[in-house]
Amino acid sequence: MRPSTSELEALTASSSGRPRALIQVLQDVQDRFRWLPPEALEHVAAALHVPLVQVYGVATFYRAFSLAPRGRHLCTVCLGTACHVRGGEAVLEHFERKLGIPAGATTPDGAFTLERVNCLGACALAPLAVVDGRTHSQMSEAKVEAVLAEAAKDGER
Amino acid sequence: MTAYRTHLLVCAGTGCVSCGAFELRRALETEIRRRRLDREVLVVATGCNGFCERGPIVLVQPDGIFYQRLKTSDVPRLVEEHLLKGRPVGTLMYVPPREREPVPRMKDIEFFKHQRLVVLRNRGRIDPEKIDEYIATDGYAAAAKALAEMTPEGIIAEIAASGLRGRGGAGFPTGRKWEAARRGQAGPRYVVCNGDEGDPGAFMDRSVLEADPHAVVEGLIIGARAVGASRGFLYIRNEYPLAVARVAKALEQARAYGLLGHDILGTGFDFDLEVVRGAGAFVSGEETALLASIEGRRAFPSQRPPYPAEKGLWGRPTVINNVETWANVPAIIRRGSAWFASLGTATSKGTKIFSLVGKIANTGLVEVPMGIPLREIIYDVGGGIPNGRAFKAVQIGGPSGGCVPAALLDLPVDYESLKAAGSMMGSGGMIVMDEDTCMVDIALYFLRFAGEESCGKCAPCRAGTAEMARVLARITAGQGTAEDLNRLEALAATVRHGSLCGLGQTAPNPVLTTLRYFRDEYEAHIFDKRCPALVCKALISFEIDPVKCVGCLLCKKACPVQAIAGELKEVHTIDPRACIKCGICLNVCPAKVRAVRKTTAPPSGPRDATAEGEGPR
Repeated sequence: MRPSTSELEALTASSSGRPRALIQVLQDVQDRFRWLPPEALEHVAAALHVPLVQVYGVATFYRAFSLAPRGRHLCTVCLGTACHVRGGEAVLEHFERKLGIPAGATTPDGAFTLERVNCLGACALAPLAVVDGRTHSQMSEAKVEAVLAEAAKDGER
Repeated sequence: MTAYRTHLLVCAGTGCVSCGAFELRRALETEIRRRRLDREVLVVATGCNGFCERGPIVLVQPDGIFYQRLKTSDVPRLVEEHLLKGRPVGTLMYVPPREREPVPRMKDIEFFKHQRLVVLRNRGRIDPEKIDEYIATDGYAAAAKALAEMTPEGIIAEIAASGLRGRGGAGFPTGRKWEAARRGQAGPRYVVCNGDEGDPGAFMDRSVLEADPHAVVEGLIIGARAVGASRGFLYIRNEYPLAVARVAKALEQARAYGLLGHDILGTGFDFDLEVVRGAGAFVSGEETALLASIEGRRAFPSQRPPYPAEKGLWGRPTVINNVETWANVPAIIRRGSAWFASLGTATSKGTKIFSLVGKIANTGLVEVPMGIPLREIIYDVGGGIPNGRAFKAVQIGGPSGGCVPAALLDLPVDYESLKAAGSMMGSGGMIVMDEDTCMVDIALYFLRFAGEESCGKCAPCRAGTAEMARVLARITAGQGTAEDLNRLEALAATVRHGSLCGLGQTAPNPVLTTLRYFRDEYEAHIFDKRCPALVCKALISFEIDPVKCVGCLLCKKACPVQAIAGELKEVHTIDPRACIKCGICLNVCPAKVRAVRKTTAPPSGPRDATAEGEGPR
């Protein structure tokens, strides 16, 4: 999705000239477009009076930001310690096999982005995966296919 | 106001919500209306109850009956039996491991029985989104006392006398931190709540923010008054959307009630708070890095001293404490330092919240007095290790902490004892490991974590943790040498001494403690090419027992790489060259057949010390 100038202006309106707001503004941009398009970064730099190099520095430092478009569905597999000892890696590997992409990548058709996270703080449910905001607890390889099918189906409606 | 005869307290913490707590709540409300009980029974959504393993949870008050793992399909029966006919439903109650009789009342359940709730006193009792409920449980009484009756010096003296120490990791005395900020340069000062809970396996801060956000806000008001701050920030991890929403709501309500803003409670004290969302960097949990992040910059730690209490946000005196530390403050002011100091040990006062996760029967959040033996937490509160497995170790304190072995189970849990054992309190994550957990693999896990999360400012941390991870990966791949153990120790010393912040200084701990307590496992990987826990893929293989195999085709169909051959009702075989060791065949093989098994090289005899130094090639 490409941002329009008016949308970018709306997102930066209350932070104009306030370098301090950089991270919060980038989060709003990320929430809106699901990634940080280059033109948005340029707009934010100008609006907040922050050098573009610093905007890129922050955008690449924090994990919440993505400099590449994400897929229509976001699939996050938790690899916190509790998930690790209960077999989270095997679940992630099965997602990678089923989607045909490594963690951190997006399928060529733009449908799924697969990501890993270092703990979602819901360790009692380990291992867990979150697909489009929905938490799937006590995951196993056997559940992977159904979870992906459900997400794909929800997307069609 | 309507008086209800019964309250149904539905846990709405992240864990229970993920298991369908909101759907359950709607179903309960619908059914209660349908039964025309809605004038007598009230459904309340509370914060995290702690017993996350058993969600979704409903507590019926005033009876104190605890229902667990409820499904919406259980609702009609629950409402009819318990609420209409007054007969609690035994089949929906908690049954302890290895027992058959349910335990009806929450207070009789082992998981809850040994806990001492100070910080979590309101968990599962009040609706965290309603300030009135917090006030009804003595909420904001401490703030009123601090603002109207106490001097700033008096507040600091009370906190210092209580012996409260930082709950975020290092355990610095809170009173001293506040005193330093109080004495700092005049002009604007700040208070900050560190809610960037990045330690994998720890979620107490999330739970406190979700279950009792006003307790943290009240702590911050008191701290601000003590150090003379007029603004404060709550920095909350981006991965915790529910906590962010609840805190934002709490701030709105506190403002509406005159507890934040101008002239609080008519005392002439001005103070306001804002929420700052983290952006997903582990290092931002380090205090100087967190302050950089609030200022809108990359979260790079900076040299201390000067400490934030002297020069913090925008160079001004800043008190930064962890969520749990702030949440302790109102209780200390309300009940007095002597009461607080009566809990815990000589040097570690009060209680501590631990997240008990991993290979443990009762997963969840527990608050216990400082100094409690580790054994009591694991076996009495935690219910021991499930599936008949043996306890091996507990990893305490996240990536900065260490693995504590079974031999130290009687260790009292306090700041000093944990440190002496090579671990640390950290934020209080306890990841329990059983005999199926490989300690070399765990060390590798944490060093990879540290390497990925290193901000890169200090070369010893950035390159050193990566190199340690490479050595560990080599060992788990069966390509380690005797020299690698010395190399790990040398690298650990370099990383520890050459890093600026706590992340780097403590990153080697998981390796050092596993080397100290589980050296035999490293040696098994290196010399015998053997993974005793059957975890490291390069050192294990899968095979099918021809005697047990019934030829059901289940594993053959499930194998993602078609490595299994065999026809229906014929013995199946695994082609070891094609096998990727994903373990799916083992998981799908029916429990009554159990033909698939994992194997590793057999242990060799005892090694003599001279041979050990050289190592087989």
